[in-house]
Amino acid sequence: MSTAVDMPRFVRAQQVEALPPPSLTRGPIAWVRENLFSGPFNTLLTLVVFYLLYISVPPLLNFLFIDAVWSGADRAACRADMGGSETGACWAFVREKLSYFTYGSYTVSERWRVDVFFALLALGVGWLLWLKAPRRDLGAVYFFWLFPVVSYILLTGGNADFSGRFWIGFLIFGALLIALFAFIAALLKTSLRPALIIGGGIVAVIGITLVLMDMDFGLEHVPTSLWGGILVTLLVATVGIVVSLPFGILLALGRRSKLPVVRMASVIFIEFVRGVPLITVLIMANTMLPLFLPGDITVDRLLRPLIGTALFSSAYMAEVVRGGLQAMPKGQYEGAMSLGLNYPQMMILIILPQALRIVIPGIVNTFIGLFKDTSLVAIVGIFDVVKTIEASRIDPNWAAPTIGMTGYAFAALFYFIFCFGMSRYSLGVERRLAAGQKR
Amino acid sequence: MATVTSQTIQTSAVDAKAEAAVQMIDVHKWYGEFHVLRDIKLNVRRGERIVICGPSGSGKSTMIRCINRLEEHQKGRIIVDGIELTNDLKRIDEVRRDVGMVFQHFNLFPHLTILENCTLAPIWVKKMAKKEAEEVAMHYLTRVKIPEQANKYPGQLSGGQQQRVAIARSLCMSPKIMLFDEPTSALDPEMVKEVLDTMVGLAEEGMTMLCVTHEMGFARQVADRVIFMDYGQIVEMNTPDEFFKNPQHERTKLFLSQILH
Repeated sequence: MSTAVDMPRFVRAQQVEALPPPSLTRGPIAWVRENLFSGPFNTLLTLVVFYLLYISVPPLLNFLFIDAVWSGADRAACRADMGGSETGACWAFVREKLSYFTYGSYTVSERWRVDVFFALLALGVGWLLWLKAPRRDLGAVYFFWLFPVVSYILLTGGNADFSGRFWIGFLIFGALLIALFAFIAALLKTSLRPALIIGGGIVAVIGITLVLMDMDFGLEHVPTSLWGGILVTLLVATVGIVVSLPFGILLALGRRSKLPVVRMASVIFIEFVRGVPLITVLIMANTMLPLFLPGDITVDRLLRPLIGTALFSSAYMAEVVRGGLQAMPKGQYEGAMSLGLNYPQMMILIILPQALRIVIPGIVNTFIGLFKDTSLVAIVGIFDVVKTIEASRIDPNWAAPTIGMTGYAFAALFYFIFCFGMSRYSLGVERRLAAGQKR
Repeated sequence: MATVTSQTIQTSAVDAKAEAAVQMIDVHKWYGEFHVLRDIKLNVRRGERIVICGPSGSGKSTMIRCINRLEEHQKGRIIVDGIELTNDLKRIDEVRRDVGMVFQHFNLFPHLTILENCTLAPIWVKKMAKKEAEEVAMHYLTRVKIPEQANKYPGQLSGGQQQRVAIARSLCMSPKIMLFDEPTSALDPEMVKEVLDTMVGLAEEGMTMLCVTHEMGFARQVADRVIFMDYGQIVEMNTPDEFFKNPQHERTKLFLSQILH
């Protein structure tokens, strides 16, 4: 039966050609009409927005660029009463203090080590983030093992000088770890060999790491109390990001585990850490961590907030990842299981790649939040970028009305570059992964 | 879910009749209070083709999903290819290696290409070399007549093509038994035939098959036995000829009158 009333019988004789769409909606004028002035309300909104831009943008440009002071040796350049200009930003101050913002009080003669650290960090990040980079597996080994060890040695000077007791403790720990792996293998009734190899491998890697840390490379020791500025901010953010993702994934899997002990532990950790402000976590890490440890073990004062932020963001990451796991259809698990994949294979090869892709926006959101939250480590006396700016602001040499604003403008620019970079990169990855894999 | 069959230690080899591919002995299963499988007794010989039909909710999917332990049974015994299914993970993996399964909704992995879908399990489960796995995969993709799609993603294929890939993916593990859970129910009418043809080809090669389907033409053509289930029980089991010509049970007659026009 045909729907055309006057055509009870119809057989198509010719294929209808595909035509281009009508071109009424092209060109700049059409665009403006459609997007800015499509109705009285939108016209009004457009005019209001233009007015707001008019009153806010020119003064900002004036302050940041046109009236700004670009050079000068001290406050004179930025004070009207001493012949300078104080209507614009005092970039001379930032230029003068830039090395303090970057390195904090790090020993001046050793600052090349921080520069090498920045270069190594950039290399590792580039290697891993550039999706078409060669040998990304080596990149991962570099970034997650070699780079941290080398950075530790470079930044602190290495030569940790472990005691004999420490090495005995390590041997006992290693033996226990291998025994634990063997025990788990026996529990799961899988063969013992791979468990022993994995356990032994982990102990060996830790051992080599410790030996390297112990070795004397003739570098001068720089205590962490001298570190500061961008160095500390990037360090805290990188460690937080690198630890929180895998740890968050483990917590998320733990929360969905069928074993009540594992599930309860994960839930308690996540809910406790999420239920407490980061400042509280930092203060607790700073003051209470030493109380829990035996008297002769001291945790470095930079390491404490480092652990605090990493654990804090792990809890958030766990919930983001759990969202992705929740979104996976049951059929994917069944498909994987029916092929004989075991749990780790199923998770690593099938479930996590898809689940993590779903939650890339959430993951990056957490990373960006973490990056900015690193400024809170100032609360426990660590000199991150913001804190170094705070400290420079009250330098009498640079006492001028615009100093504070300029310093904060610099901080804003610094954070914006990194956060916007993360955001754009993640959009790129999403688009790349979305190509061709629509469900 | 906690109750587990009591015989965990007994070795399976003793029970294995050489010719039995699947033995289900007095199998029961509950979902909470709901008794889904009731006293299932079924013996599948090697090379036998069995078609299972029945109204929805009759437990037919649950029954075949018990065979590769996607569902756990709570009473009775299931012995697959001489291996008894218990809580022992290692044995479950062994069984799954030998039992292929094709699902109603294909369950292909959307983030992997067709070729990767097919080579994944041989590489990771059978520890096959990548090159060899790819050769095997291409062999089976050629058999299901879609070798040219190997480098596409599942989302770019039609339903019928996806289901044929799913069959090829299972075959790549060279299974001894194939389970089909309503393989044509989610397909457009025009694509049912290409999938059924593939399955007929497989049956002709002597694969042991258990197939939940309402394609009665397929049942007539290849099945050695047809099973009708309702309320979690096997109501009737017979050769296709007898089953369709001469249904014995009232429920079977009613069912057949509904689906055969």
